[in-house]
Amino acid sequence: MKGETFNGATGDTAAQNTLFEQSPSRHRAFPGWRFVPFLVAALVLVPVGTVISSLFTPSGEIWQHLVETTLPGLLVNTFWLILGVASGTAVIGVSLAWFTAVCEFPGRKFFSWALLLPLAIPAYVTAFVALGLFDYTGPVQTGLREWLDSDVSWFPDIRGRASVIIVMILAFYPYVYLLARNAFLTQGRRTLEAAQSLGFNRTQGFFKLALPMGRPWIVGGVMLVVMETLADFGTVSVFNYDTFTTAIYKAWYALFSLPAASQLASLLIMIVFAAMVLEQQFRSRMRYAENRQSARAARVPLTGWHVWLVGCFASAVLFFAFVLPVTQLVIWAASVFAQDFNQRYLEFLWHSLLLSSFAALLTCSVTLLVVYAARRYPDPLTRTAVRISTIGYALPGAVLAVGIFIPIAWLDNWTSAMTLRLFNIETGLIIQGTLFTMLIAYMTRFLAVSHSPIESAMQRITRSIDEAATSLGLNGWAMLRRIHLPMLKGGIYTAAALVFVDVMKEMPITLMTRPFGWDTLAVRIFEMTSEGVWEQAALPAVALVLAGLVPIVLFVRQTER
Amino acid sequence: MNALLELKNIRHAYGKQPVVKDLSLTLAKGDIGCLLGPSGCGKTTVLRCIAGFESISAGEILLNGKEVSNARFSMPPEQRHIGMVFQDYALFPHLTVAANIGFGLHRMQKAEKAARVAELLRIVGLADSSARFPHELSGGQQQRVALARALAPRPDLLLLDEPFSNLDVSLRERLSLEIRDILKSQNATAILVTHDQDEAFAIADEIGVMHHGEIQQYDIAYNLYHRPANRFVANFIGRGVFLSGTVLDSHHVEIELGTLTGEVPHQCGHSCRVCSPGHSVAVLVRPDDIVHDDGSPIRATVLHKAFRGADILYTLRLPGGSTALSLVPSHHNHAIGEQIGIRLEADHVVAFSQSDEQK
Repeated sequence: MKGETFNGATGDTAAQNTLFEQSPSRHRAFPGWRFVPFLVAALVLVPVGTVISSLFTPSGEIWQHLVETTLPGLLVNTFWLILGVASGTAVIGVSLAWFTAVCEFPGRKFFSWALLLPLAIPAYVTAFVALGLFDYTGPVQTGLREWLDSDVSWFPDIRGRASVIIVMILAFYPYVYLLARNAFLTQGRRTLEAAQSLGFNRTQGFFKLALPMGRPWIVGGVMLVVMETLADFGTVSVFNYDTFTTAIYKAWYALFSLPAASQLASLLIMIVFAAMVLEQQFRSRMRYAENRQSARAARVPLTGWHVWLVGCFASAVLFFAFVLPVTQLVIWAASVFAQDFNQRYLEFLWHSLLLSSFAALLTCSVTLLVVYAARRYPDPLTRTAVRISTIGYALPGAVLAVGIFIPIAWLDNWTSAMTLRLFNIETGLIIQGTLFTMLIAYMTRFLAVSHSPIESAMQRITRSIDEAATSLGLNGWAMLRRIHLPMLKGGIYTAAALVFVDVMKEMPITLMTRPFGWDTLAVRIFEMTSEGVWEQAALPAVALVLAGLVPIVLFVRQTER
Repeated sequence: MNALLELKNIRHAYGKQPVVKDLSLTLAKGDIGCLLGPSGCGKTTVLRCIAGFESISAGEILLNGKEVSNARFSMPPEQRHIGMVFQDYALFPHLTVAANIGFGLHRMQKAEKAARVAELLRIVGLADSSARFPHELSGGQQQRVALARALAPRPDLLLLDEPFSNLDVSLRERLSLEIRDILKSQNATAILVTHDQDEAFAIADEIGVMHHGEIQQYDIAYNLYHRPANRFVANFIGRGVFLSGTVLDSHHVEIELGTLTGEVPHQCGHSCRVCSPGHSVAVLVRPDDIVHDDGSPIRATVLHKAFRGADILYTLRLPGGSTALSLVPSHHNHAIGEQIGIRLEADHVVAFSQSDEQK
């Protein structure tokens, strides 16, 4: 798109030649980026289609074996896991959100941001720290044995289902907390006042009004938790708690059965879709007016023993979800630092940083193109494509790895066969097991993560801003450089930081698609935890936590002040 | 007088900043009162203290002769039986119009409740919209739902916090008259808070003009305009200018344009020394006090003009150099810079001591 110099007399034509003018008659050719949303939507649809189609392909003995032996267990495990984690995060997240958003108690300001900190710790890190701490040989049980001089056989089995659920609740409750808090902050106190003016006390106001009104946000938060739980691979593998993701991994690596892996993946995807449909059902019955920031309303001061109760509750959650794991990590990391901080560690770190940076760069660039395309061509088809392109986040990494690997392997075989036939050249497999495959998989999964900040930054660039800029003589690249990029900058940085950290923590995609020998921090943690050497997993984990803190600090600084 | 609500010297502060200072107010049953003032004058805080959402640091609030707030005690809002219409309406978005209105009727029998909701829907003219959700309604309709919801439990007192600020001007005027009719038909006692004097005049029986956390004057609209108690009220209500004048005797004040007759000064609140002959005072001259008269010997220069349909509001420079406003029928169309004849035509005097200039 060519820039044009502005002069008063041709103001109108200048206005019509801006980069984002809507009238389609004016531009000469379809620019390539018009099709980016469709390309990205295909990147989501192809793996989903591949995986689902495997349901209808004839299954071999291994599949039969899986159905007879492991499948019932997987379903039961998944069911309890989801039920437990969803209800646990809902109770903890909603109650903490209510206390910090609506009430007033000493330490409220501190807790309102500190309770987000657990987001910085990947769930599988909390998991192995918990296991290391509370296991039979861990410091807690050892200490108790020495102190009580008994075998403390009453100590609960730390490797059971309850532990997995508790660890995941501690790791995932901030999602519910964040969304519910948002709802309560904008409408909670005012709602409470309205309820009181109609003769209800505060408790009744909470249960009769605030809770039902906050339901879309609470359901949204719980849904995120369910998605994370279904996608989780690291935590469940630390605890040897079999779910679909670990089963997919085992089918691939232990049984070397791609069809079995892909059939398991298709079942998992069905569960994910079922959850999404359920959520839509839950939400679409109520369409709420958007959240207006309401006028001032006083916080509810807590008094007497309520202060203690709430303070202890918030402190306990913060302690077990953040302080304890981080402290233990630091202690372990310090103990192995001398021997572990070596060339190999730096290599893991380098791989992680490199991968995350490239993934962030690629994902944000593609997102920008998608967002621009959607802005420029707001037709229903493009909008559908954009919506599809952002559901990649719902696809568990293990599913995505399988779904991307299969078509790429097919493409590889096809190209190598073609080159052999046409040019008689033996190319071997080119794409499979390259960084390219990994990056595509990351992008597919994390496009939704970068989409929302960039999209909301784009929302601020209204048509009248474009028009104002045009009327002042800017268009084309000058407009992009002087108006759009500065306005989008914040959104792009946020998006890049989020994707960067997510890729760094990501485990199943990395494990399943990395080129041989490409070990990252997350891979290292997986290997060390599967051998049960917690101390050695600590050093890479510290790096992940530090990286994870970055977006949280940014977020807190933006919102709380 | 049968006082429904009594505020006795109430005080409220946010931190160290006093927002309401020694404010007193009495409202009789069935009356509609109003707190009128610029933003930040503390009027909304008074309302919130009455509702029980804020506590007071001194004084007391009595409802039906019973104390509901003092410096140490504050009855919870839900026990006061006071209804409130919030500025942003605070409608419950997940409930239908009917459910919103019926929300406060939880102690009623089902049939009784349905009847009351139907009655209110009819009163506010939303009978057809009972099954709709708040976001499907226009601003004016939402406003009426909020009013109906607050009226439904038959509260002893209804508080309206800037109820029209989210509506456009033409709607405001119609709705405020409509709401007055509804309140009167329900025999409701109400207090309105607003910064818009037209709204206050349209709805309220009595109006308290507030400034810096104090009520400057509590009176009927006519007196606020024609007999303002101090310069703030005179400035805030209506338009006009102050011209300096000299007291001739207890009934006459002379200003540049002539001599005004009346009690001098009206309700000035100062000792009589101020009004003694020869004393210099500031006299309030409203635009309708100066009439256009081609035959008049007093000539003024047109500085600005604002065409307002039936009449034109002229800003004039008087021969002595001061500025005044004059409301003139619009067929007397004069150009800026032109000299026109004017005459003073006022039947009473509003004058203040020159010294309380910056009140």
